[in-house]
Amino acid sequence: MVSEQVVLKMENITKDYYGNRVLENVSFELKKGEILGLIGENGAGKSTLMNILFGMSVISETGGYQGKVIIDGKEVNFKNAFDALDAGIGMVHQEFSLIPGFTTIENIMLNRESLKYNFLVEVFGSRLKTLDRADMQERAEKAISALGVKIDPNMLIAEMPVGHKQFTEIARELDRKNMKILVLDEPTAVLAESEADILIQSLRRLADLGIAIIFISHRLKEIIDVCDKILVLRDGKTVKESPAKETSIRQIAQWMVGRNIEEKKDEVKNERKLGDTVLKVENLWVDMPGETVRDVSFEVREGEIFGIGGLAGQGKLGIPNGIMGLYEAGGRIEVFGKSLEMNVPVKALKAGMAFVAEDRRGVGLLLEEPIDWNISFTVMQAQNKYLKSFIGGLVKWRDDKKISELAKEYIKILDIKCVDEKQPVQELSGGNQQKICLAKAFAVNPKILFVSEPTRGIDIGAKKLVLDTLKQYNQKYGTTIIMTSSELEELRSICDNIAIVDEGKVSGILPATAATEDFGLLMAGKVDESKEKVSG
Amino acid sequence: MNRLRQFINKAGWPRVIIGFFLLSLFVAAPFAQVSLAASIKDTLVRFGMNGVLVLSMVPMVQSGCGLNFGLPLGVIAGLLGAVTTMEMGITGIMGFITAVILSCAIAAVLGWGYGKMLNRVKGEEMVISTYVGLSSVMFMCMMWLVLPFKSPAMVWGYGGSGLRTTITLEGYWFNIIDNFLAIKIGDFTFPTGLFIFFAVMAFLVWAFFHTKTGTAMTAVGSNPDFARASGIDVNRMRTISVVISTVFGAVGILVYQQSYGFIQLYTSPLFMAFPAVAAILLGGASVHKATITNVIVGTILFQGILTMTPSVINSFLKTDLSEVIRIIVSNGMIVYALTRKTTKVKS
Repeated sequence: MVSEQVVLKMENITKDYYGNRVLENVSFELKKGEILGLIGENGAGKSTLMNILFGMSVISETGGYQGKVIIDGKEVNFKNAFDALDAGIGMVHQEFSLIPGFTTIENIMLNRESLKYNFLVEVFGSRLKTLDRADMQERAEKAISALGVKIDPNMLIAEMPVGHKQFTEIARELDRKNMKILVLDEPTAVLAESEADILIQSLRRLADLGIAIIFISHRLKEIIDVCDKILVLRDGKTVKESPAKETSIRQIAQWMVGRNIEEKKDEVKNERKLGDTVLKVENLWVDMPGETVRDVSFEVREGEIFGIGGLAGQGKLGIPNGIMGLYEAGGRIEVFGKSLEMNVPVKALKAGMAFVAEDRRGVGLLLEEPIDWNISFTVMQAQNKYLKSFIGGLVKWRDDKKISELAKEYIKILDIKCVDEKQPVQELSGGNQQKICLAKAFAVNPKILFVSEPTRGIDIGAKKLVLDTLKQYNQKYGTTIIMTSSELEELRSICDNIAIVDEGKVSGILPATAATEDFGLLMAGKVDESKEKVSG
Repeated sequence: MNRLRQFINKAGWPRVIIGFFLLSLFVAAPFAQVSLAASIKDTLVRFGMNGVLVLSMVPMVQSGCGLNFGLPLGVIAGLLGAVTTMEMGITGIMGFITAVILSCAIAAVLGWGYGKMLNRVKGEEMVISTYVGLSSVMFMCMMWLVLPFKSPAMVWGYGGSGLRTTITLEGYWFNIIDNFLAIKIGDFTFPTGLFIFFAVMAFLVWAFFHTKTGTAMTAVGSNPDFARASGIDVNRMRTISVVISTVFGAVGILVYQQSYGFIQLYTSPLFMAFPAVAAILLGGASVHKATITNVIVGTILFQGILTMTPSVINSFLKTDLSEVIRIIVSNGMIVYALTRKTTKVKS
């Protein structure tokens, strides 16, 4: 039921964040009753595009955008989200914005309640009108039934299953009278498969009512099933705009992740000799908020650089954090053939493992302390080095001189830009802070080194240096490195094998040389199609 | 000019202002017929009396437990040690040493429990510690009456049971440290013993923070997640810091008493925490970072003002303003420091 009437047109949208281009000349059209699937990796520019459409303040605060947003033939420039709401754009966010203690009706009607007159209005004004509950119920039921689902309108949000919450959010947007465009950001991420199916069906139904929908999901199957048209973004650019019928999951996956595949083949890699298994993980679960790991098993061989990839929130970060004992975890971990006691960070350190955390400022550094402290602390505490013993080891005195020397050495090796080794690390740039995190881990002389998101938030030059350093360290000392990163290309550039994590499970392990679309498929949760590749 | 600005930046405005205020009080002292020598001597003695109590703040601040508003707990340990020693009838330097040993033992036990409790209320330490101080003092108010002390020097004259509110140390260890190696120049006396004692205690704290455990403790205070990732038992470090703080509180009150001449029981421990907290903050410590320098500078400034205002200002204004100034400075300093912490978190 797609009509020819164009409701939304975004033309040549370009956006910079502090000189960093996140969107470049993105254009698309959306017709009445059409469903557009918006696809891209984390950081591809999906959210920024939607923030522009929705007039979020973060856009205007960072210098606005270039290009045109045209709704119903008129160019608009929303000052804030309320303008966007008035223009008939609704958005359902990934995180629920519902009030748990209110019922479904109250949540749907919030701030748009049906009101009744009473005598107090004469005295105190219209703010004292009472609620017309009967009418509200009617309106809420109408909105819910438009979705084609059954939800008890008087149920408290807090007592609802997740799926119903998601529907309540959508119903709330539907209740707006002039709703024309509905944006759904990963609406199925929290849903079970059956619930997701119902949601997909109701999206179709809404489209038939003439509402245009922008649907963001990383589950490519859903996109293919429900969308009329897809728009694939990569690094802020439109990679492909195509009718959904003319494409396949495999093709979309390739568009989503693929850079030039051929030039990345590195002949050195094939000659790499790997030793015996040094780390064996079986049925690992980790309770890390936002990065839950459900059931992960894998093996890493000596001298290997093992990559863990996957989209944000799927659990890849939970794996190193769980193994190092920083978050509650269970399952079985074997290091050099010996079983590792879990949830005790010091045991993991003593077993010869070190960790460069993804949360640099939160876990990785003592921001207020000098560089030399940061570098030497872990090795000092875990291995009793850089200490002087007095009275038969009763007093372990910090050897400040040796600590300084150690820091100076790493400042030189890693080219850390600083005044001297006594400078507090909070004064350094992100890239240099990351180098200190690496130095801290190197100082422990680890046999197995975990590195999480080592290039997040640092500039390109520092990125390359960090990756090269890891590579060199691996070659020089034969250290096994397990690197977690959201950037697949980064993993492919240095890893031997890469495991892709999806919904808390390993959806497949592939050699880094495997085809890009295979990785894309694994990320999109399409395990079946790629299973034969996993074994190969 | 640049140098001056650098100095002010480094020292911080509060210290510069209070320092100048204190200096002006000393300058004004002769005009108010206040003896300069006596004023300086008083300031020095009060520094020595309070120094160790202020020092006891450092371990807990460094480990991230915040300012020790629960100092009364340590004070109680000190009081228990002192009255027990007097009950045993040990006098002189031996008496003081016995009191220190007993107090430390009691303080270690109390501090351990206090530390365990603070580990359960992370983020709210300063509120809870205030209540720990209050409730322990109130509990002891009952215990001072009930505990079976018999020494006639200490119990109430009429009933023959229960300890007095104020017990004199005359004949036990009054001024035993003050007078140790004291230097007399005219009507000015330098309390050498007090300063040696403070120096030893300060050295112990300084040395502790140069050991492996002390380093770990600082890291725990600086970033507990970092410390945990480096294999540190965060709760254990925090408990140790609370034990040390409590022990120093106990020793601190013993020094205070021997100089003051009296053991003050019942509600008096309540009034020890705020001046100590204010002094270390005045010295430039924040809620999560404190150094020995902060302790020394803060105690001199704070005690200096307390000594000088009653004599100098009162003689000018002819009213008793000292108490008002004391409260404004101590409470104002605490409020200032607490607000500074929140802005730091935001930036």
